[in-house]
Amino acid sequence: MDPLFEAFRLIVSGDLQVWRVILRSAQISGSALVIAVLIGLPIGAAVGLSRFRFRGPVVAVINTGLALPPVVVGLVVFLLLSRSGPLGGLQLLYSPVAMVFAQVIIAGPYIAAVTLAAAESVPADVRLQARALGAGRFRAILLQLREVRTSLVAAVAAGFGAIISEVGAVMIVGGNILGETRVMTTAIVQETQRGNFGSAIAFGIVLLLVALYINALLLLLGWRATRRPLTA
Amino acid sequence: MNTEILVGERLRHSYGRGTVLDVERIALRSGELLAVLGPNGAGKSTLLRFLAMLEKPSSGRIAFHGRTGTAAEQALRAASAAVFQRPHFWRGEVSYNVGLGLSFRRVPVPETKARVKRICQLLEIDHLLQAEIETLSGGQAQRVALARALVLQPEVLFLDEPTASLDTAARADLREDLERVARQRAGSVLLITHDRNEAFTLADRIAVLVDGRLAQLGTPTELYENPADPYIARVTGAELSLRGRVLRADGRTLLVDVGGTQLSTVGDAGEGVMVKIAYRPEDLVLASPELAIGEISTRNLFFATVRERRDIGGLVRLRLFGPPEVVALVTRSAAEELDLRPEARVSVRIKATALHTYPAGERDGDLGQTGMDAEPDAEPDAAAPIESAEPEPPAPAEIVGDRSGPAG
Repeated sequence: MDPLFEAFRLIVSGDLQVWRVILRSAQISGSALVIAVLIGLPIGAAVGLSRFRFRGPVVAVINTGLALPPVVVGLVVFLLLSRSGPLGGLQLLYSPVAMVFAQVIIAGPYIAAVTLAAAESVPADVRLQARALGAGRFRAILLQLREVRTSLVAAVAAGFGAIISEVGAVMIVGGNILGETRVMTTAIVQETQRGNFGSAIAFGIVLLLVALYINALLLLLGWRATRRPLTA
Repeated sequence: MNTEILVGERLRHSYGRGTVLDVERIALRSGELLAVLGPNGAGKSTLLRFLAMLEKPSSGRIAFHGRTGTAAEQALRAASAAVFQRPHFWRGEVSYNVGLGLSFRRVPVPETKARVKRICQLLEIDHLLQAEIETLSGGQAQRVALARALVLQPEVLFLDEPTASLDTAARADLREDLERVARQRAGSVLLITHDRNEAFTLADRIAVLVDGRLAQLGTPTELYENPADPYIARVTGAELSLRGRVLRADGRTLLVDVGGTQLSTVGDAGEGVMVKIAYRPEDLVLASPELAIGEISTRNLFFATVRERRDIGGLVRLRLFGPPEVVALVTRSAAEELDLRPEARVSVRIKATALHTYPAGERDGDLGQTGMDAEPDAEPDAAAPIESAEPEPPAPAEIVGDRSGPAG
């Protein structure tokens, strides 16, 4: 059967197995993205907006995170969570939690690095003006970040892109267990190895559609943030 | 009026190896407008940021109502507002930006709206309330910035060269707003400016900052009548082109030989010392030469020929050669009455007390600042580091006569 036709059939027929994989992907990558944003964005903002000793090396470390090979992340997380590893007692290996753990390590530096670069570009006048009008320190930081809100949306999109398309780390720490840890990327690998190209293409199309949908959503969010007028 | 509410002591700040600010003491009194006047790069804005507790100096102490540290900073944040030369606005409507400071202070929304509307009406920008901030002109934006500060009714208002980036008309409008509204709505005002007219027009006291140091602090009259050094004389609009040697010193009254003409002056210098003399072009009293013939009562009287005439709005700037070579400023009507054209002869009088004498080695008005000398034929402020936005001297020249007789 034509693989493309098979892919189309699988998507529109509502194949339970396919949808379980899609939902598990959304669950794992969504959770990882939220956690990575909660960690990476404040770190990037803090480093980007402040001046302190040894800031240069800290920036270098964050930027190096962009070049972190996902397979290496997978290996490290595997060693940490394996039975003989320091976190082996938690028995998290081959679980969705382990996959979230790995994806947070992959996405975190992306979000932190893009946020850092954006925050660095905020003119010092913004903080002075906010403080001069009586804003507290936290409020002043939020007002500075507001100036680069589209870049912050880009940071989240970069983080999402890094994890939704990632296969090496989740394969190592998740194990590709059907119904448990099988996500779209690992399913594509498996279906390709089995010669089920239709299924592999179907997952690939869905993966692209999900990525497109999320990015469009983030784009809309960024666009609305810049267009919506603010009134007293 | 005399209570000191904000005091900075021993404020020192360095970038790298250079000291950019070194102020022993400066205080803002309750209800006053204190102008900090100085050339670009003098450290004025740095001083404002320290006094506003927006940044910390390398060393020194800043007290607000006698309190220092975090308590003072928090109190000042709640009691002050600032307008910068290039104010930052957040995207949104004018009303949002004007009300921003009130939202920081958790003022209820209905009250915020009422106060925003009231201050905008007062500054005549209420028609802009719903305008997007990026649609405003420079002058409108600066008035919005002023409204945003004044709506807080701050006890201390910091103004960092608010008119510097505006054109002449917008500058005049904003200056009027500052005079009309800012002083009513704010308890005390610290105004940073490099425009001497602005400082002398608006301020109760003026602090002159040069190279990060406080050169003189006093009322405009004190600075005008007794400039501490040639630089401040220059700041207050004096010319520094006269050089001479002290022939006789009698207390502070000196007799100085200036190119063969003897002038009575005031200052501190010993006999035989080379001096430079500061005078204001508007203090020269010009008259028809015939009127001065036989006159012996005026100590400083000499005759001069008009070398150059330059019309500046309603005033006329004249370069005269006696010797000495001097610059005079008269009204256009007076210049017409005296027929002051090139090669015309005039008598020149100036009071001894209007000639301030300084040892020739003292810091000059522009030397060391711009590297340019104070040529008598230069534009009033073309070479000066402190600008005078309009050719309006503090007092126009007194004209005592014309060809037919004395004029009022």
